[in-house]
Amino acid sequence: AVRLCRCRALLSQPAGALRARRGLAAGPEMHFGFQTVTEEERREKIYQVFETVAKKYDVMNDSMTLGIHRVWKDILVHKMNPCPGTLLLDVAGGTGDIAFRFINYVRSVRQSQLQRKLKHHQNLSWQEIFESYQNDKFNSLGNSQVVVCDINREMLKVGKQKAQHLGYSEGLSWVLGNAEELPFDDDKFDVYTIAFGIRNVTRIDLALQEAYRVLKPGGRFLCLEFSHVSNPLLSRLYDLYSFQVIPVLGEVIAGDWRSYQYLVESIRQFPPQEELKAMIEDAGFFKVEYENLNFGIVAIHSGFKL
Amino acid sequence: GRARPSHSDPRGRDGRGGEEEEMEGWQQLYPGHIPTSPLQKALLAAGSAVMALYDPYRHDMVAVLGETTGCLALPNLRDKMKNHPEGYRILQERPRIRLSTLDMARLQGLPDGSLGREYVRFLEDNKVSPDTRMPPKFVDDEELAYVIQRYREVHDLMHTLLGMPTNMLGEVVVKWFEAIQTGLPMCVLGAAFGPVRLSTRKLQVLATELLPWAVRSGLNASCILNVYYEQRWEQPLESLREELGIFPPP
Repeated sequence: AVRLCRCRALLSQPAGALRARRGLAAGPEMHFGFQTVTEEERREKIYQVFETVAKKYDVMNDSMTLGIHRVWKDILVHKMNPCPGTLLLDVAGGTGDIAFRFINYVRSVRQSQLQRKLKHHQNLSWQEIFESYQNDKFNSLGNSQVVVCDINREMLKVGKQKAQHLGYSEGLSWVLGNAEELPFDDDKFDVYTIAFGIRNVTRIDLALQEAYRVLKPGGRFLCLEFSHVSNPLLSRLYDLYSFQVIPVLGEVIAGDWRSYQYLVESIRQFPPQEELKAMIEDAGFFKVEYENLNFGIVAIHSGFKL
Repeated sequence: GRARPSHSDPRGRDGRGGEEEEMEGWQQLYPGHIPTSPLQKALLAAGSAVMALYDPYRHDMVAVLGETTGCLALPNLRDKMKNHPEGYRILQERPRIRLSTLDMARLQGLPDGSLGREYVRFLEDNKVSPDTRMPPKFVDDEELAYVIQRYREVHDLMHTLLGMPTNMLGEVVVKWFEAIQTGLPMCVLGAAFGPVRLSTRKLQVLATELLPWAVRSGLNASCILNVYYEQRWEQPLESLREELGIFPPP
């Protein structure tokens, strides 16, 4: 039997992948994981990945990171330290993880606020207290709002279902939109977050520019993303786990090897900490810093629009 | 672009050492092929086995289990086919059983008791289609990938030949027959663990009547992959059974 070895001619060229790595395409070539594709192909492939993955997204996150992604997201929101009244834009927010945490956080801050207020009002009559609630328009979130924006319908769908299931409705909006071209006006939001999403954006520079545009002066940019592990031993273990175990988990749990193969490859293709910091600065942000979590497996980048 | 081998360390990002770039020339050998390292195959085998037991509707997991554990049985089967005139022809011509290649109208028109008529009846009664068979992904040899594909597509014909429906009991019986015939570990595991989900009454029927018959037939019959079914639609089922050495079903 003839072995259909369509080998050499079709092997993707590593040089091309390298060139295309940063998403600043040399010609129309870009990377999709380790493959070389055009910009349009990349957008489409990524859309399809998340369309396929949407329903099992949360399960897979838990399996792959052994639940640690929850801690990472908690840390992001704690770092944000939002006060009631904050308007958050969560881009690539798909299944709502950041949005829900934001709501929980402001709710508890609001709770403490109201308790303190109550203590001050203890000398008032119950009638007066009741009236003050009405005037304040008793709002458990203190008028905080989060807009979840995602390019993928399926992810938003899952997010909305989750919100309903978990009982989140107040202060939450779902918008279909592209990080490279946001459907919002300038100077609108207090905080912009993008958690595990910027890696999938085809033109990161555009996304950063858009982030800058829609933030109010004084607004904060926060990015949570997989990054570069510099420790050599850890790096090897991480690679081993990423390339050997994660696609297998994808196949067994979600019946989808390829999407998770893309995931681990795209992590390797993404700019490391310093490079991303430079890109954020290029977009006009000031006081750009990053914090490594778990030795650089994940990093939180932060910047301010002044 | 063509997917690179899944175990490779990233190239070029930090110019990692030359030794790691010495990949064993893994490429995609057929459409749908995903090259995997031995470690990945082992993990897949374990994971798919657990998942298949946990969620019996995950037929894809059974398929993956078959592919990752078939490294000894598949070459064996392929050799059996190569050494048989009809099997050899199948390997050459690579026929596929699917709705687009089958002439359903013609098969339905065949006399009752013929292979073709009974096969179509089986498909209709059990509401199954030959097109739902998973294409192979993790078999690292293009010919063996065909062998396992053929085995999957012939599975429904096994049901027809053995007269077994697609309920749990019927599937277990067919698995026992296939386990003996092919030696595929996936069939053996399926045969061993399948009965776990059966009621006691069915277990009794299985143990006393169906299993002994299936086992005897399996041992007696010639290799079922060596039959060019597509050229035998008109053959009466009984005659085919006799030719193969399958005893009449109880």
